[in-house]
Amino acid sequence: MSPHEVLRSSFAPLRREDPDMTTTTVPTTGTLLRLATAGSVDDGKSTLVGRLLHDTKSVLSDQLAAVERVSRDRGLTAADLALLTDGLRAEREQGITIDVAYRYFATARRSFVLADCPGHVQYTRNTVTGSSTADVVVLLVDARKGVLEQTRRHLAVTALLRVPHVVVAVNKIDLVDFSAEVFERVNAEVQAVARELGVEDAIAIPVSALDGDNIADRSTRTPWYAGPTLLELLESLPPSDDPTREAFRLPVQLVIRPQGAARDEAHRDYRGYAGHVASGVVRVGDEVVALPSGKRSTVTGIDLGKRSLDEAFAPQSVTLRLADEIDISRGDVIASVADAPEPTQDIRGVVCWLGDAPLRPGQRLLLKHGSRTVQTAVRAIDGALDLDDLQAVPSEALSLNDIGLVTLRLASPVPVENYSTSRRGGSFLLIDAHDGRTVAAGMVGATLPTSADAPTQPEGDEEWDI
Amino acid sequence: MSASTIDELETTAAAADSPTTDHGGRVLSQLDALEAEAILVIREMVGELERPALLFSGGKDSVVMLHLAVKAFWPAPIPFPVLHVDTGHNFPEVLEYRDETVERLGLRLEVASVQDYIDDGRLRERADGLRNALQTQPLLDAINEHRFDGVFGGGRRDEEKARAKERIVSLRDEFGQWDPKNQRPELWNLFNPRHRPGEHVRVFPISNWTEVDVWSYIERENIPLAPLYYAHEREVFQRDGMWLAVGPYSQPREGETVETRLVRYRTVGDMSCTGAVESPARTNAEIVVEVAASTLTERGATRADDRISEAAMEDRKKEGYF
Ligand SMILES: Nc1nc2c(ncn2[C@@H]2O[C@H](COP(=O)(O)OP(=O)(O)O)[C@@H](O)[C@H]2O)c(=O)[nH]1
Ligand SMILES: [Mg+2]
Repeated sequence: MSPHEVLRSSFAPLRREDPDMTTTTVPTTGTLLRLATAGSVDDGKSTLVGRLLHDTKSVLSDQLAAVERVSRDRGLTAADLALLTDGLRAEREQGITIDVAYRYFATARRSFVLADCPGHVQYTRNTVTGSSTADVVVLLVDARKGVLEQTRRHLAVTALLRVPHVVVAVNKIDLVDFSAEVFERVNAEVQAVARELGVEDAIAIPVSALDGDNIADRSTRTPWYAGPTLLELLESLPPSDDPTREAFRLPVQLVIRPQGAARDEAHRDYRGYAGHVASGVVRVGDEVVALPSGKRSTVTGIDLGKRSLDEAFAPQSVTLRLADEIDISRGDVIASVADAPEPTQDIRGVVCWLGDAPLRPGQRLLLKHGSRTVQTAVRAIDGALDLDDLQAVPSEALSLNDIGLVTLRLASPVPVENYSTSRRGGSFLLIDAHDGRTVAAGMVGATLPTSADAPTQPEGDEEWDI
Repeated sequence: MSASTIDELETTAAAADSPTTDHGGRVLSQLDALEAEAILVIREMVGELERPALLFSGGKDSVVMLHLAVKAFWPAPIPFPVLHVDTGHNFPEVLEYRDETVERLGLRLEVASVQDYIDDGRLRERADGLRNALQTQPLLDAINEHRFDGVFGGGRRDEEKARAKERIVSLRDEFGQWDPKNQRPELWNLFNPRHRPGEHVRVFPISNWTEVDVWSYIERENIPLAPLYYAHEREVFQRDGMWLAVGPYSQPREGETVETRLVRYRTVGDMSCTGAVESPARTNAEIVVEVAASTLTERGATRADDRISEAAMEDRKKEGYF
């Protein structure tokens, strides 16, 4: 018997019907769903992700063997599935998640990207990272503990980022005797917070990540629960907000002008604007406008490598050719004419402050929107979210992990849009110009829940000429 | 939630899948979405950085990355050089492929040679003869010497558990070190490679690709690869559960018998530590099917260097490895 077999036989069986586990990572025709976990530390996020991977047979045998070996070395009586994502040495030593782990799996119906995020408050920046691209956040709540401060913080971040779907996994249901009453009580508590933050239908499921109840397999221990398993729900969620329904925008990343370097003589005079379609659809023949200049032209060609396309849509990366040689450079946005945004130097919006040093009024930073980076000065901090009563309160500064409302002045006009209209056109980064660090995630036009919206007046207006 | 709500959700999902109405509803296939993301990343770094370079080994992931770079700048040439860290134990067919490709695309190739470092004493051969870990110093020296401020790598998050933690744009300090406990936030698709002088970024445009995605893309785009990726007969011997090729840097020890087997390579690294897998797959389509059904990860099946310890990859990465 190999050491491996010894290990298997002394281990609590991981309900696995099929001993030679075939992977289900076959290419699917279904849509891609990006999932991020959220919730307080130890609520079971990593275990849940491990369980999803395991129960969909997405863990290859050498990975599972490695996890079993480590679990056994630690004296555990069952494989700790959290080790499938907690892959850093420091994470394994401490039994926590420090940074996002990305894992991939597919079922016959859909492909998934799982981002397992940390729970600790000091790693909130990593949780914001994981959820900024998510189509669905699975918020874990320990059935014994209910809503904690981090549950509120993560739900607030999820709401602000406008993650299209939220699923509440009321976890460790095995530790409360699979009680329907506890589930209902915790769910009611979560829903109350969700409503205050403006999160509509957050669907709740009673689960045990440890044992696999209602994850991929329906539990016989929660007969009172008639809803879907987590996997069923994830497989059937509508993909995402659909960026192709929004107005056409293409932030120009580069101007492609091969000139003498063209590998083919025919392309000597080629001039194209390379970028990704952030939103909407563009067709050959469409009239477009370059922002902020406001100059107009007509699309004469759309190239993707050697291939010419009749139309391009979000999130494709393409190169546009235009009828006129208008002045367009990196950082400009090519937009549909009808509803092009008005470039502005004044922005109000909400930021998740991720910098180690606090943000104060007067501070100068860089702002990155699309492919443009401009200087900015903080005119005012108009409030910070108090996580206890979920209201904006006046604040002098924003500390690490605070969520605050700010007014910014930009050094030159940028065609931003409201984040509520377009997640692509309304998102920005704040960057520390000295060391290059990303210090905030910003959402244009977003607000915080308040009883009375009374922003403090920006002082010393005359100092703000940048 | 009731069963009927689930049905409704499915109908909505199906409706959203159906292509082309005039009000959106278009959905990119998974491969197209991955391609678009990679091109976005490559272009954005060229826009932001002064002197990027692309790590090109001739292995499948770097080949796919190079193919994406060609698309990103077409019809202009790729606006940066490629860099290869040659361990001195590379498969000759891969080096040949590397040179042909560089020639075909008119690229500038910089080579950092581990053998040179060993010959002049800057590095010492390890007792086990494995040279993977020895690549870090020549890589970092090349980055310094050429003042590269960004280096594209073909690393994928599904390869390994430390790589699963990596950002797409990942900062390295002035010693080339990765600090996994203090990574920069990476929000939406707004990539920020700014850094202080002396620091640089590693950029992984195909972070979100799985091995199956890579092969499906190679098949779809008909990308030529080095021949050893396809089934061929080779003299091999078994060590640590892997088939190692008989060659100048990997000789059977006592008790290891040489056999001729039909094999192919799932990864291509140093000859001394990269194993072949038994396989009859001769075409990309056959490989896609084989990889999708595999029960072992590509590194688990083929890399001796990752078996040394639980955190072998993390430790190498912290020191500045790819
Ligand atoms: N009894 C029980 N324990 C669980 C369950 N889910 C997670 N745990 C345990 O809770 C602890 C924290 O889990 P982990 O997944 O690391 O939590 P995270 O910090 O949210 O990622 C570990 O000891 C898990 O084994 C569950 O459903 N039931
Ligand atoms: Mg965790």
